[in-house]
Amino acid sequence: MPGLWSAALQRLRGDRRALGALALLALIVVAAVCGPLLSPYSFDHLDWQHIAVPPQLAAAHWLGTDRLGRDLLVRTLSGVRISLAIGLTATLVSVVVGIAWGATSGYAGGRTDGFMMRAVDVLNALPYLFIVIALTTLFGRGNLIALFAAIGAVGWITMARIVRGQALALKHRDFIEAARASGGAPAHILTRHVIPNVLGPVIVYAALTVPQMIVFESFLSFLGLGVQEPLASLGSLIRDGAQEMEAAPWLLAVPAGVLLLLLLSFNLLGDGLHDALDPREP
Amino acid sequence: MIRYAVRRCAALPVTLLAIITLSFFLMRLAPGGPFDAEQGTPPEIKANLQAAYGLDQPLPLQYARYLRGLLHGEFGPSFKLRDVSVAELIARGFPISATLGLAALCAALLIGVPLGLGAALGRDGWADHAATALSTFALAVPGFVVGPFLALAFGVHLHWLPVAGWQPDVRHLLLPVATLALPAIAHIARLTRGGLLEVLRTDYVRTARAKGLSEAEVILRHALRPALLPVVSFLGPAIAALVTGSLVVETVFGLPGTGRYLVEGAINRDYTLVMGMVIVYGALTLCANLGADLLYGWLDPRMRHA
Repeated sequence: MPGLWSAALQRLRGDRRALGALALLALIVVAAVCGPLLSPYSFDHLDWQHIAVPPQLAAAHWLGTDRLGRDLLVRTLSGVRISLAIGLTATLVSVVVGIAWGATSGYAGGRTDGFMMRAVDVLNALPYLFIVIALTTLFGRGNLIALFAAIGAVGWITMARIVRGQALALKHRDFIEAARASGGAPAHILTRHVIPNVLGPVIVYAALTVPQMIVFESFLSFLGLGVQEPLASLGSLIRDGAQEMEAAPWLLAVPAGVLLLLLLSFNLLGDGLHDALDPREP
Repeated sequence: MIRYAVRRCAALPVTLLAIITLSFFLMRLAPGGPFDAEQGTPPEIKANLQAAYGLDQPLPLQYARYLRGLLHGEFGPSFKLRDVSVAELIARGFPISATLGLAALCAALLIGVPLGLGAALGRDGWADHAATALSTFALAVPGFVVGPFLALAFGVHLHWLPVAGWQPDVRHLLLPVATLALPAIAHIARLTRGGLLEVLRTDYVRTARAKGLSEAEVILRHALRPALLPVVSFLGPAIAALVTGSLVVETVFGLPGTGRYLVEGAINRDYTLVMGMVIVYGALTLCANLGADLLYGWLDPRMRHA
């Protein structure tokens, strides 16, 4: 195994696009974590002296303010915080559930596999979004925990499919047969032999899941079903910005631009990881 | 092929019933009744309301009644909009959403496939790099960002196209369809490019070239059909993505389609409306997936025995 990982790391180091994406991502994360602490304003502070001022670097509000005089920079950064938190948590949940479900299903095979995959098919038949909308209808809007749970609960489906496919392919390989022949219990074979060998695709897909989850959360907030006032997420900022784009285009441009940078860097990083971990095509 | 089709079709009602059952009981488990929000309703009136909507009956009976209604195409009354049934709302919004979705699907196929073919044939040329960069961008940018920017550019600044609203007229459709189709175009172009490159490496393509066929003949007669298989298997998810995307597009451009009703229903906690929409969209996605699978099975005989 170390051979594979260090080779992958080496390939990743040579990938300038992925490294650039990683640097940009680090910058955004640091800004999102530290920025709101350093700023003199809080995300819900109303500055009546500066209502809807456009961005100006030397002024009190670098990126301007919204109609209520709230600092756009701080609101955007705290929006990034919420988006990142939801994206990472949902991805973590989907990785854990997806690996457990997929590896068990693929390795067990037979009727268990049929039943477990049938369940996945049913969930998969519904577009993600409708499950989440149904859940947000249930729990009411603005319940962040429910939002986390709902997004995480539907995110694992594709992961489970990927892991199952890999486990199915691995099942009859010689080293698994050997482990079985030497008396390894199924749980042992799963955790020690099957799961380590599916980690490559899992990491790649997880890196691509984070931006999906961020889009998902922003999307719900954009529709008004996600994060509620006075809290801001990138989606709700874009929604507010879109409503005033004629008079105050910066309110749309700033959160939309930050969201784009975030998504592009995650996607480029995912592509880089894909090339690094799956070097079939030079 | 027929046995494969029958087997796949038989699974459809089971999955649909699972979706219906799931959404029904989820909605009934919801904390609080649908009429809680109306402040100051006397308990007698509330009880009357509950009785009028059949909410005072035992749950299994409600479930049976709901299923029987569904068989007659009835989704029950909307809980929040007075005197309108969910079926009426769906009938009102569906033609608009369907027009939007079909137009976007056609656009995605008619633009995406040629784009992917071009990129694959000019591999590593400037056009290929440009197409790849564009598709990466288009896939990363969500519709709720593209939509407002398109409206800002073409509607507010250039005054070429209407910013929002609905009239049965191509000009009102152009921006929403573009917003909706963009990620699908990018995805299909990518899949076509990858598929064709994969096929061009196979032995039978080498054979076709070796026996002296022209490049156009090799591509059209031998490479194209297998190269499009990934696109066909993407059609199911693509339709699901279009359905999802229509929510955004209808919100951004103010189109009175079913997606808007769903969003408003979710905001107002209109249980029957949300449930009806989830079932309709679920059935639609199921049928789209089934259709794509059957098409795939027809194109690739190996699938039928899997």
